Amino acid sequence: MSIIVGKDTKLCVSGITGSEGTFHTLNNKNYGTDVVSGVTPGKGGQDVDGIPVFNTFHNAVGETGANTAMIFVPPPFAADSILEAADAGIETVICITEGIPAHDELRVYNFLKSAHPSVRLIGPNCPGVLSPGKANVGIIPAAFFKEGNVGVVSRSGTLTYQIGNELAQRGFGNSSIVGIGGDPVPGSSFIDVIALFQDDPETELIVMSGEIGGSAEEEAADYIKANVTKPVVGYIAGVTAPPGKTMGHAGAIVSGSSGSAAAKIEALEGNGVRVGRTPTEVADIAIEVLGK
Amino acid sequence: MDLLEYQGKQLFARHGVPVPAGKPATTVDEAVAAAQEIGFPCVVKAQVLIGGRGKAGGIKVAKDADEAREHATAILGMDIKGHTVHEVWIEEASDIAEEYYASIVFDRAAKAPLFMLSTQGGMDIEEVAESDPTAIARLHVDPLLGFQAFHGRRLAYEAGLPADVIRPVGALLAKLYEAFTAEEAMLVEVNPLTVLSDRSVKALDAKVTLDGNSLFRHADNAALRNVGAEDEQEQMAKERGLTYVKLDGDIGILGNGAGLVMSTLDVVSQFGGKPANFLDAGGGSKAEAITSAVEVILSDPKVKAVLFNIFGGITRCDEVANGLVEAFKQLNPQVPFVVRLDGTNDVEGRRIVAEANLPNVQTASTMNEAAEKVVEAAKS
Repeated sequence: MSIIVGKDTKLCVSGITGSEGTFHTLNNKNYGTDVVSGVTPGKGGQDVDGIPVFNTFHNAVGETGANTAMIFVPPPFAADSILEAADAGIETVICITEGIPAHDELRVYNFLKSAHPSVRLIGPNCPGVLSPGKANVGIIPAAFFKEGNVGVVSRSGTLTYQIGNELAQRGFGNSSIVGIGGDPVPGSSFIDVIALFQDDPETELIVMSGEIGGSAEEEAADYIKANVTKPVVGYIAGVTAPPGKTMGHAGAIVSGSSGSAAAKIEALEGNGVRVGRTPTEVADIAIEVLGK
Repeated sequence: MDLLEYQGKQLFARHGVPVPAGKPATTVDEAVAAAQEIGFPCVVKAQVLIGGRGKAGGIKVAKDADEAREHATAILGMDIKGHTVHEVWIEEASDIAEEYYASIVFDRAAKAPLFMLSTQGGMDIEEVAESDPTAIARLHVDPLLGFQAFHGRRLAYEAGLPADVIRPVGALLAKLYEAFTAEEAMLVEVNPLTVLSDRSVKALDAKVTLDGNSLFRHADNAALRNVGAEDEQEQMAKERGLTYVKLDGDIGILGNGAGLVMSTLDVVSQFGGKPANFLDAGGGSKAEAITSAVEVILSDPKVKAVLFNIFGGITRCDEVANGLVEAFKQLNPQVPFVVRLDGTNDVEGRRIVAEANLPNVQTASTMNEAAEKVVEAAKS
């Protein structure tokens, strides 16, 4: 099995006709993802390499039975597109767009929670979700990953590839790789994704890769202790980041005493999660835990 | 994006939050003219993005024009904890009866704005929170509902405000919330929020952090600059569309993706090195962007060695390699480089680097090896 995306994913891409949107849509399709449609207002009736384009999500869902949306439109339009997808009945929305205003994210998060509680939003500002051998929705370079029993959840894209590569070099494959994104208000948290991995029979080890800023890792640590029976290995980036500076991701900032890497590592280790000090060490621990 | 006190007060004023009258000045003559316009006594306040201005001598009351000149002369150019004062704010003096604290924080954990109100204003709120947590009234506002009058009353009564200021403080908090949402702030803090001797309330200080991602729809805020706060490399990087943060070490770092770059800084430190910067060249960087990034890194004279740590996803290693080769042609760097290329088109990228036969460039096949080599290179 896998989580979030898989063989039953029917993908509709918002922003499919933009150059980035087209490029990654076709990559996903070539990987084997069932891309059924796209949405670009004003371009309904056209197609992208045979994928039909609609003016609205409502048309796309009605005509093609899409159940998953990938959002690739620029930041000023992304919140609107997420809300449209949910309104049209899409259950899984994966938002790749980086640079969405934080107040838009706040509005989207709270509205989805109250009006569409069954909709799962992944991202924004994330690399997407890859379930090796089944489906790839987003920009994760699938060639580096194969099927296996390690579930990965991460706030960062390239760091995920780095950790995934370290695991792959030691012979591990992945059930699913989930990027939850580096923004202040991610649609799904570590806890949401870890809960899915806990219930996924294929996943035997969970790797969570966090970074400075916010308190999502601390909350996950408490959750793991109370609810997760599978082994979890952690990594936290930004141990040496100075306070008050945003380290690339809008959400990666140590403000005052909160959000530091040291506090996160302490919270995880205090709740029985082993934390690698480098991406290489994460793979070393994975070998110890799962054997080889 | 952090605003200076006076920029924050001007933003407050646009939304009806009462603030004392004032004018900014960048020269002594401007400051004196502003003081004469505002009248005496007035206050000369250093405008820097750091606390403790008063203790450092950056806030002074002037009784007349001579004193205004004297204070402005002393304060302009003053160094406050490493921040040079380039601007002062000349403000009417306030006859303060009471000092409170008010703030709205974008609470990421609760996914809602968090209000805090306390009668213990004028001091460090983190200290108050530690020594007497009950002295701070807290309340989350549902962002879909917005601020209601009862929110203001609850906060004011819970904080223990005197009866005669419950209404005016509640009204000020409503305006503050309007400023927070309309300007898309991550933080607005008023410390002190004052009750004057005539029992009117005013925001005597303003600390505002805006969301950089929202500036595309706030042209006024996007145009605000605080020249003193940006160092040379950070300004240069911003103009080139690169994400760069200056650090205080001597190893220049270039990587792709914020998480990987943060991780690279950590690993370099574990091997005993000190990074000079954080530089995320971004996803899908083309050769020109890489060349341009190398120029920013090398413009910092402290840099003694440079590490490229690339894991290509959207970014192609051959583009990075071409950018590096071009940078060597254009800039002829005098410091050693260590290059680690993995991911999309890595074989081609490594071939380009090898064939260019660049002086003083070593390659590494893992992140740890790269970190170890660059730390060694920076020593020699």
